[in-house]
Amino acid sequence: MMSANRQITLMVNGSASEAPAALHDTLLTVLRDQLQLTAAKRGCNQGVCGACTVVVDDRTVRACLSLAQNCEHASISTLEGLIEQVPMQALQRAFAKNGAFQCGFCTPGMLISAYALLKHNPEPDTSAVRKALSGNLCRCTGYTKIVTAVQEAAAALRAEVVTP
Amino acid sequence: MNTPNDTMDRETKGAVGASVPQLEGGEKLNGRAQYIADMYRHGMLHGALLQSPHAHARIRGYDLSEAKALPGVRAIVTGDDLDAQHRMGAFIKDEPALAKGKVRYCGEIVAAVAADTEAIARQATRLIQVDYEVLPALLDPAQAFDANAPLVHEEAQAYASVFDSGTQGNICSRTSLSEGDAAAAWDSCDVVVEHTYRTQAQAHLSIEPCGALAEVDAAGRVTLWSANQSVFRVQANVCEALGLSMAKLRCQTPHIGAGFGNKMEAHVQPAVVMLALKARKTVKLVLSREEDFETVRARHPAIIRMKTGAKKDGTLVARETELLLDGGAYGDDSPGVLGYALLMNCGPYNIPHVHAHGRVAYTNKMRFGAFRGFGVPQVTFASEQQLDVLADKLSMDPIAFRRKNIKRDGDTWFGGQAIHSNGLEKCLDLVENASDWKTARAAHAKAPASEMRLGMGVAVSAHISGLLATGAIVRLLEDGTVLLNTGAVDIGQGSNTVLSQMCAESLKLPVDRVAIASPDTDGSPYNWGTTASRITYTTGRSVVAAAGEVEKQIKKLAGAMMECAAEDLELRAGGSVGIKGVPGGGVSFGQVSGYAHWAAGGPIIGSNSWVFDQKTVDPKRAVVLGLPFAQIGIFSFSAQVIEVEVDTLTGKVRVPRAWTACDIGRAINPTMATGQIEGALVQGMGYALTEELVWDGGRLANPSLMDYKIPTFIEMPDEQHAYLVESDDPTGPFGAKSVGEIGINTVAAAIANAVTNAIGTPLSQLPLTGERVLAAILATEKTL
Repeated sequence: MMSANRQITLMVNGSASEAPAALHDTLLTVLRDQLQLTAAKRGCNQGVCGACTVVVDDRTVRACLSLAQNCEHASISTLEGLIEQVPMQALQRAFAKNGAFQCGFCTPGMLISAYALLKHNPEPDTSAVRKALSGNLCRCTGYTKIVTAVQEAAAALRAEVVTP
Repeated sequence: MNTPNDTMDRETKGAVGASVPQLEGGEKLNGRAQYIADMYRHGMLHGALLQSPHAHARIRGYDLSEAKALPGVRAIVTGDDLDAQHRMGAFIKDEPALAKGKVRYCGEIVAAVAADTEAIARQATRLIQVDYEVLPALLDPAQAFDANAPLVHEEAQAYASVFDSGTQGNICSRTSLSEGDAAAAWDSCDVVVEHTYRTQAQAHLSIEPCGALAEVDAAGRVTLWSANQSVFRVQANVCEALGLSMAKLRCQTPHIGAGFGNKMEAHVQPAVVMLALKARKTVKLVLSREEDFETVRARHPAIIRMKTGAKKDGTLVARETELLLDGGAYGDDSPGVLGYALLMNCGPYNIPHVHAHGRVAYTNKMRFGAFRGFGVPQVTFASEQQLDVLADKLSMDPIAFRRKNIKRDGDTWFGGQAIHSNGLEKCLDLVENASDWKTARAAHAKAPASEMRLGMGVAVSAHISGLLATGAIVRLLEDGTVLLNTGAVDIGQGSNTVLSQMCAESLKLPVDRVAIASPDTDGSPYNWGTTASRITYTTGRSVVAAAGEVEKQIKKLAGAMMECAAEDLELRAGGSVGIKGVPGGGVSFGQVSGYAHWAAGGPIIGSNSWVFDQKTVDPKRAVVLGLPFAQIGIFSFSAQVIEVEVDTLTGKVRVPRAWTACDIGRAINPTMATGQIEGALVQGMGYALTEELVWDGGRLANPSLMDYKIPTFIEMPDEQHAYLVESDDPTGPFGAKSVGEIGINTVAAAIANAVTNAIGTPLSQLPLTGERVLAAILATEKTL
């Protein structure tokens, strides 16, 4: 259990970071405890709640189910690394305006799932939003305002593309 | 009604009535908000818990030698570190910081370890040997009062209690309220219905698990950070449980990943403080999801026997309610939940003859305690179904039947308390019209037979808010900006924003000129807690009063500066004072504050302390035994229509549409208010349809998100409409009442009534799982 602690290099948010990781250490543990990137949250440590969602090589993954040592050589983005991106800023604005977060604990994971959705579907209908975010649990909002916010962000981004 | 321009203007200024975005948005949306698990301290130790494997056992002793010998272990605490006389409890002082002498439920904290890493701490807990003598466990509250039932607490009657709780044997508390003469009234009823309803344990399931971090300074004083709903309740609980002076413990709060009652009273804080004091180092402990399920608390399972009688014309005459709550191993908030549920058992209806009584049973299960609704969802599930059965027997439309009996202006509550504002009828009208109730129900009834059946149900409720002590301090800083300090923990619902809006409006400032201090028992005025839907009303009143004090002092000093009488001055938008009727020529708040600091009067500080003082019960009207709330608060109301779709092949229930109207008084922030209603609806859907903690013997069988299902984006309604009815309350700050809990009270009842409408059979046990609904459908078909 204490074995195989070695220094690994992770490409996180565009730069290489070194951290010690045991074989069983998850990506979430290394991001939070070693790299102090705490936007990704531990809600269940079982891959259900989605609060730990991050992007690994352009795919959203549950950082609590990914072994850190398996993520060497992959490109990892956490919310901290995506806040300069235009689509993420559109989502943040829409979340703030619509009251699409309350306690905020699920929000980083929710934003990342929404960001991934808008990347491949710029005009998601309600059911597309609900399906894409169905792996992210929220106990505060009742979800309605999140759906509104994601669609509003998508519309704002489309308008920006049409009229730069 | 505000015009769009008017609204936009108010939003930019952040005034009362504007949907100002939550002030913490910048931190939360950038992933920078710090919750308890995000706190790290240089050289801190990590804590881990040993939980009881038994529901009921005597602890004969501990062998800590192997655990102590593990390299990296810095402190171990057990019940041996506790003095037997120190116990905590909101109502009954019956709970040790961790198990002492006995374990009373599976999952109870038996020992805690602090070590250099979490892995070492967890490994060490497994090396602790506990010598248990297993005792028979009491798992069924219905058997708690049998002569041969195992005793959960041997000396329950000796526990200190903050009210007349009647604690003895396995009775944790008992309450009885009566008005009129129910026993004699049944004969005058034309229709009487009686039934027994059962509700389940629901997990709060804040997405953030509970945790705490305790630091000890060189003088031995502890600073405790934790996931909480009240820094003051954390302080009181830890000090009671450890026999610590309150002056020796400072409690602060990081951001909170939601609280629904679970974080109001203690969870791991006492154990973490014990570890920090023993190790003389900072200790952090965050529960795993499974531990959070097993050791924190959940909504009370209830058995409700209810009897209601009415006249032929639909007038309600009499009600008897007998309530049995499973309290679990310790009192926690149970006596409060029992008393409140009984006070609310009739719902917002005039019923002249009522007898409501019940008990909380101690059992060998986890604590059951406060959970959004505080007993009202349970009694409403029973009451609102019973009303539908009565309406059916009287051949009346369910909404018409309710309209005939609801409380209106001038009516008082069960027990005699005055209601100062009542928008219930408007709520009922709104949901009836918006849902197209009569047409839609008729269409559902006439729909051709199909596997999918639609149904619609209605339910109404009330909630009382205003409990316990509150204060506020408003300080005018040297530059004329304002610091507000209330001690109220924002648990994510947005109270910091709402309180700042009220403070800003009172002083005619834009909201960005007001900062709000983070709650801290060292610096904040006392605030009982973010619970019981109380912050907007109670703390709002204190904020308005404290800001009024500041206004008075500003005017006094400005009068001296301008050589005029204070009464001739007025506050002007944007932070200045001028002479009434004379435009221009005023002085700014910054100038006044500078004058105060350097010339006369000293710093401008406004403060207010108060506690709600209207009596709950008029002794001339009602006979009461063991009601723990002598003064509660003001009344909010709600009405809700829910549409369900029942799959008759599987019994699965879906909620396509829902309409909820709440009379919450003036909405300080409408978007946040509807956010509370929408969130409560979906949490209530989980309660109604899927969520149920299940025990396998004494052990919780489903303490994980894999096995305990809360609603997701897939289950949310396709349409959910939240309406605000703003009947200004004369006692409320800017007319505001409350919104935190009211939205959940009706959900299970409205869904149950809708399912009954769809399949023709009432269901009396929550949750309405596919299995239970299918069984009801099959039973109906058999009898046809």
